[in-house]
Order: sequence, then C-alpha cells, then structure tokens
Amino acid sequence: MVNYVHLNSADFSAIYGDNMADYIQTALYDLHISLGAKMVPFAGYEMPVQYPTGVMKEHIHTRNKVGLFDVSHMGQVIIKPKNGNLSDIAASLEKLIPIDIIDLPKYHQRYGFLTNKHGGIIDDLMVSNQGDHLFLVINAGCKKTDVEHLRDNLDDNCELELLENRSLIALQGPKAEKVLSKFSNQIIDMFFMDTLKVQLQGFEVWISRSGYTGEDGFEISIPNDNIIEFTEQLLEIEDVLPIGLGARDSLRLEAGLCLYGHDIDQNSSPTEAGLNWAISKKRRASGTRSGNFLGSERILNEISNGTDIKRVGIVPIGRAPMREGVELFKDRNDTIPIGKVTSGGFGPIVERAISMGYLDTRYTKVNTKIFAEIRGKRMEAVVTSLPFTKLNFKRSN
Amino acid sequence: MKFTEEHEWLLKEDDHVIVGITEHAAEALGDLVFVELPDVGTAVSKGDEIVVIESVKAASDITAPLDGEIIEVNEQLTEKPELVNDDPLGAAWFFKMKLTDPSEIDGLMDEDAYKELIG
Repeated sequence: MVNYVHLNSADFSAIYGDNMADYIQTALYDLHISLGAKMVPFAGYEMPVQYPTGVMKEHIHTRNKVGLFDVSHMGQVIIKPKNGNLSDIAASLEKLIPIDIIDLPKYHQRYGFLTNKHGGIIDDLMVSNQGDHLFLVINAGCKKTDVEHLRDNLDDNCELELLENRSLIALQGPKAEKVLSKFSNQIIDMFFMDTLKVQLQGFEVWISRSGYTGEDGFEISIPNDNIIEFTEQLLEIEDVLPIGLGARDSLRLEAGLCLYGHDIDQNSSPTEAGLNWAISKKRRASGTRSGNFLGSERILNEISNGTDIKRVGIVPIGRAPMREGVELFKDRNDTIPIGKVTSGGFGPIVERAISMGYLDTRYTKVNTKIFAEIRGKRMEAVVTSLPFTKLNFKRSN
Repeated sequence: MKFTEEHEWLLKEDDHVIVGITEHAAEALGDLVFVELPDVGTAVSKGDEIVVIESVKAASDITAPLDGEIIEVNEQLTEKPELVNDDPLGAAWFFKMKLTDPSEIDGLMDEDAYKELIG
C-alpha cells in the first residue's frame, strides 16, 4: 500500500524520492526544518506541506486562532512609471486586467486576473496602489509567464521588477490582528484590502490586510535579511502556529477560493469560474471605461449572456472525498459527463468531504443531485453554493 | 508481529491473521478522513488493492499482504478513520484474513528487519 498518490494536487506529488536539489528554497527554509516541517516540491520550490501539528489541526487552528504561512514562493512585482505618473501605468495595466486600477485608492489592494486574448485566465493576483508604484503579488507557478506577458504588453513607460530580495508571510485567523498589533498599532485601523508601509525594527515592512484562507489576516512582505528573526518573534507569541501548504489548500477550498492551475487556467473564463464579482463595474459593458482589455469581447459577452459551464460547490452525500479529475454525471448510468471536479478533499471545519468543479450550467442549480464516478462507482453528490464556510474579513462597512 | 514492505503489519490469531498499517505509514499519510473496507468473504490475492484510505492530502490503497480470504473487517474505521492515526497498531486494525498457505507469513519481515527498511 501507501502509494502516496496525491490526487488533489499534482504539485504535491512525490513526497519521497524526489530530487530536492532542483527546487528553490525560501529564506525561511532553515526555520521550516528546525520546526520539523515535512518539505515537498511545489511550483518549483521546496515548501513545508505540514508541520508536526498535522494538516487537520493546522487548519482548525487557523480558523480558531492564528496561523503563520510562508508564501515567499509567490512573486512580488513592482511596476513604476518612468515619467513619474502612476495613472499612466495604471491605464497600461488596465489593458491586461479587467478591474479598475486607475481609480484604485492609494494604499488599497484589489483582487484581479491577467486575461489572455481568448478571455482565459493567465493568472490571478493582487494589485495595490503604493503611491509612486503599483505592487503585484502573483502565483509562484506563473511568475515566468506573467513577467513575460507584462513585459511584452505593458507600454515603455512601465518599469517592471520581480523582487528577489523580499520574503512574504501570511498571518491568518481571528487573532491575527491582536498578534500583529504587538509590532504596530497602525494595523488596527486597516480594513480588508488596505495596505500599509511601516518601519519596524529598522527595516521596511509592507502589510496588506488580506490572505487566501477566508479568515481575517495579513500578508507581510519583509526583506530576506530580516525574515527569520521577524518570523521567530511571531512564532513566540501565544496562539501563533506555523501552517503548511496542506492546510493552506484545505482552507482556501473551504473558503471557495480558486487555486490557479486547478480551478482556473488559460482556458477558463472569469464568468465560467464565478469570478464576475472581481470585474469592476467601470470595466463592464455599461461602464465608463468599458472593455479595452485582452479577451474583453468574450468576457463582457459572457457577463451579459452567461456560459455553458460554471464553477460550483459540490458536497458528496457519502464520506468518500471527490478529488481533482473526478468526472460528474447527471444520473447513475449516463455515459456522458456533465462536468469535472477541479479541487476536492476534506473540510476539517465543515467536517465532511467537499469539492468544487465545473458543471454544465443546466445542472448548476443549488441542491441538484448529481453523481461522481470514484474508482468505477457512481456516488451521489449535491450542488451547493460557495463558500462552504463563512468568510471572516474585516470589511469597512 | 510481521511486516511487509508496503508498511502493513500482520499478527497471528488462532487460524487467521489480523492486518493493519504501521505507525510509520500512518504518520506519512497524515490525518485519515476516509476508509473503504472490502466485503467479508472476498477471496484476495497478494497485491490486490482491497482497502481505500484517504488522508487530508491523498488517496492510497492497502493491498492484500498474502493470498487468502477476508473473514472480518473493522467497521469502526468507516465511521472513525482518525483511529488509524491514534492507534495504528491496536484498535485500528483493518481486516482479518484466513491465509491460503499459513506458512507464508514466516517469509515476511520481523520487527528489526522492518525498522531497518524504514531507517
């Protein structure tokens, strides 16, 4: 037995026997090892999948207290205007992202995605206005593609830099504010998606009130030279535990959030993925800066007219998890699938197997009974809305 | 107690054996969330995938350690998969089987040999 087949994420493959020499280590690598982390290859990096606490307890701890994640594998990108005019580069970036960047308030962040000319998603990302530049956080596995795409398509006034000298950690959970306020009182005044630049202990820390777990929390960018010391200080505080990629994956799944390369990719459109909410009103058909971004023809048409397939939540009736790749059918005997699971596993807080995937839109009504084929057997499941858990962001209104 | 290279343990009891997975395997798999057991009475050959186990991270199989017939399964595991992490060598046995050739168990590893295998 023990095939260690990681059906839920191909990137978690080969826990044993893989040649780790080919993978990049983050600045926190030695700390992970000293904390007893189990390291796995992920998007070209050697990352902690879990600590001795274990995935299940790490997940629950994050929802109840506060978890600390190393997300330094993600790309931190700065885009500066050569002419000093931020709205010029915002206008250039708006041709690649269907959100409002020109009117993005200073020190505020938005979720968005780079689209291709066919209306598919090149990557999903965070973008913030830092006064004299824009700051992007992109997926680890998409860094090369994104940077090439941005360099090829942004105008000459945009100076782009992929930062190699900064690490990124996330502090997530209901006690995140209490913990981080020990370092700076200013973070208490931040709301969801606000950002803050602050000097702490002699170095500059970039904070955003965001994350990818569905909990309140912060993402914190720190110079590589200071990251170990700062992280150690955070871990000394009561209620803070280090959390690995395993729990990061189950947390974002419970929160109904997409994992790039699994739930969204170059072929899936924002509307199919249920991400219309992220497309700013100003960029939609009736908006003041309508369209004029890559793939806008398809995307704006789909916002108005809908799509043939849609991403939905799926709850198995039985206990067996329905993982990525599992095909979905409208009844027990039908041979033609009506959809496919893109992420699935166990939700430690909802205490049951949960999945999300794409379904023929005709079967996406909540409570529709469907069937999934697991190991040759048809198992019952029900279509649900997302997320599976309540989102606990600290919103301003 | 005897061991296989697939991280199963076998314990002789009367005219049959009890089969479970080792602490090392339970630890490597992580928190179990799903167990699917074979039907009692199933005739199995060595290497057949007869139990499905899924952890928060992954799906795996337990194969039949030797030829024989399943005579009892631990139904408790279906409702409480986490028992496998709590007590892999005791309460969380998976199935009992009657071996076609009971002497075959002597060919399996003893505890020292298994410890050497997992280093």
